[in-house]
Parts: sequence; structure tokens; C-alpha cells
Amino acid sequence: MREVPDLIACEECDAVYRKLPLGRSEVAFCRRCGAELERDRRAQRKHVLPLAIAGLCMYLIANVFPILELELRSGLFSHATLIGSVRSLRGEGMLFVALLVLATTILFPLIQLLALIYLLTFPIRFRRFGHPTTFNLSGRLIQVLRPWVMVEVFLLGVIVAFVKLTSMATVLPGIALWAFGALAFLLTAVFSFDPRCLYISRCGYKKQGK
Amino acid sequence: MPANRTIQPASQSPGSGVPVKTAAKLGMVSCPHCATLWEDVKAHDRCGRCGAGLHLRKPDSLRRTWALVIAAYIMYVPANILPVMITVPFLGKEQQDTIMSGIIYFWNSGSWGLALIVFTASFLVPLFKLAVLTQLLIAVQDHSKRHLLLRAKLYRVIAVIGRWSMLDVFVVTLMTGLIQIKGFATVHPGEGIAAFAAVVVLTMLASISFDPRLMWDVTEHEPGRSYE
Repeated sequence: MREVPDLIACEECDAVYRKLPLGRSEVAFCRRCGAELERDRRAQRKHVLPLAIAGLCMYLIANVFPILELELRSGLFSHATLIGSVRSLRGEGMLFVALLVLATTILFPLIQLLALIYLLTFPIRFRRFGHPTTFNLSGRLIQVLRPWVMVEVFLLGVIVAFVKLTSMATVLPGIALWAFGALAFLLTAVFSFDPRCLYISRCGYKKQGK
Repeated sequence: MPANRTIQPASQSPGSGVPVKTAAKLGMVSCPHCATLWEDVKAHDRCGRCGAGLHLRKPDSLRRTWALVIAAYIMYVPANILPVMITVPFLGKEQQDTIMSGIIYFWNSGSWGLALIVFTASFLVPLFKLAVLTQLLIAVQDHSKRHLLLRAKLYRVIAVIGRWSMLDVFVVTLMTGLIQIKGFATVHPGEGIAAFAAVVVLTMLASISFDPRLMWDVTEHEPGRSYE
């Protein structure tokens, strides 16, 4: 098995191209099917670590504080946190749905953020690669979990629930709602980071030794 | 490596649909994770850079995708018939909502924008996804060479929009979590939401397991031969 370093294959139609040196923020597309081949991400690179740490802070706030608060004329009061909602789903016998919500809004974003922060600190900043399995696994986790992190979809769900509830009672947005908004924004910014960069010296990160 | 000289540089203007050489034809396999290209790959080889398993095409792509799509079709029926949310007020009759009745409620109460968003995410997107996946699978099995570019774009679209169907699942989760107020009302999730969540997960898995390169393989080889 030999590596072919100067060529790249399109992921969607398998067409092979010679790699072009990309300028700042340039993107290379497949001529045949139009899929993205490579993207230059040097411009975003510096901001990723601070944004990821900010994301982790927002994540904590978003999961501790209530998302929506409800006030009734009769003086009754109710509020919901995300984890509380998941627990009441489980209490209703909806284990599958509860697990799905738990995974897509709580577990996967955390795993992804932690894996990213690990990759950006130890291997890249401190040049400590540790065991290659940890390194590879973190990179792969980020990629595999990508479609399953649904913070922005959840945010839209909060807005829909908000409007639904306004006809019944006074609804107040909780602190966690703003934190979720910020988290959705930060996750989008942070995961423009492509873990492939770790394996390709051209992205500016050099993997040392083996 | 002589093949190198005839290979064009990557284009910076997308999708002009010109004929090209494929990695499969050149005897190369690209890593699904880090996109490194390898030649002389033997069975069960792993990527030398990131350790991911190397396959010419996603393993068993058509069979897996068909299984997931059919399962999603089956779950689609209870997802739309069974109630997704049951509201039990302190006084008065309990109210059962299906996916569609929730949308109609928004429309009638004047939130047209929201009605459209929920209609798109909960009704149009799953149906469109199932239709496109079925069409893509049939076209690959027929070795169709028609509308390749269009099909490539459709695949890209369904891979991106699928997750937005989870919207209704999150709405029901929040309503259940928030409205458990004795003396006012309680909200319970209905079986429909589990079926609906299953449809979303199954169609997402289906679009992940489908290998779009299979569509283009027909342009390279005589019909009947497959890389699977």
C-alpha cells in the first residue's frame, strides 16, 4: 500500500484531480459533479480554540438553567430545563425518544467539543500526540457525530414551542435559551474546522514523527 | 506513476460535468475519513494516516440503504396517523394532536410563517427524502446515465436537510417537560412521536449509507459490473 500525496479523489463521484495550491479561503470543486474537494481554512484556524472554549461555557449554562418559564394567571409557575424534559419523556415511557434527544442535544455536542479541544491543545499546541488511537478516535468522532449534533434544530423547536404556549400562558425565555442560541452559533463557527487538517501538513499543522 | 500526467488540476468552478478519470479505474482508494489517496490497497487494509478502514465503495451500500428506506416507509404510516402529543386540561376534554393537526392549528391561529416552517420540516422534508432516496436507489440499480448531475445535487440536498425534521420531536419534548402542572393541564407524548423520530433517524442513516459514487460508476464500465 502506497500513499499518493499529490492527488485527491472526489468523495461523491470518485474523479481524481491533481491537488492545487489553494489561496486564502479558496475552495476547490469537482469538475464533474460539483462537490467540494478541498477548502482552505487557514483564515479560521486561529479562532477555533477560543471559540470552542466559549462554546463549552455556553454548553454548561444551557444545560443548567431553565430554557422556558411559564407563568399562569392563577399564580402557578413552571419551568423546564433540557435534562428535566428528557427525564419527563422517560417517565412517560418514551425511552427511545428520550435517548435520542439526550444524544443529539446533550451528549454529542459535549463529546464533539471535548474531542475538538483535546485535538487543538495536546497534539497541536503542545505537540504531544499521545497514543495514536486517541488522536485518530477524536478526529473521527468529530466527523462521525457531525450530522447528529442538532443544537440549531433544537433552538428552532424552542421557538415553535414558545409560540404554541403563548396562547395558554405567559411564557418567558430562560437564560438557557440565550445560551443555546450562542452555542448553536459557536458550534457552527467551530466546526468549520476540518479534522482532516490534522493529517495534511499543507493546512499548517504538521504531524510529527509516527 | 504514468497516470499522473493526464490528470487535470482540481477545478475552481463547480459542476461542468466533464469526463474524468476515477480513483477506482486508476486502482486507488481514498480514505473515507481523511481523504488520503492510496494505491495497491489489499482487502482489510487500513488508512496509514488515520487508521480508518479502506473500501473502494461503502460496503453493502445498496442493500443497507434499501433496508433503511423500507423501514422508514413502514414507520412513516404510524408517524402520521398516531397522535404525537396528548394535552389533558384540568377541566374539559383531552386533545390529541397529530403532526398534521399541529400544523393546521398554527395556520388557523394566524402564525402562517411558523405553520410553513413546521410543514416543511415535519411533512415535506421526510417525504422528499424518502422519494429521492428511492429514486436514487432505483437509478443506480438500472445503471441509469440520465440526470447524473441533478441526482448528485439531490443527494447533497437530502444529506443536509434531513436533520431538520427532528423539530417536532424537540417541540413535544419541551411541551412535555414544561406542562406538567396539576390544576392546569398536563401534556403527554403520543406513540406517533416515537415513530416519527424513527423515520428521521432511519432516513438519516439511509442517506449516510448510500454511496453517491455508485451513480457515477456506470459512466466508467459496461453495465452489470459493480464495485460493491
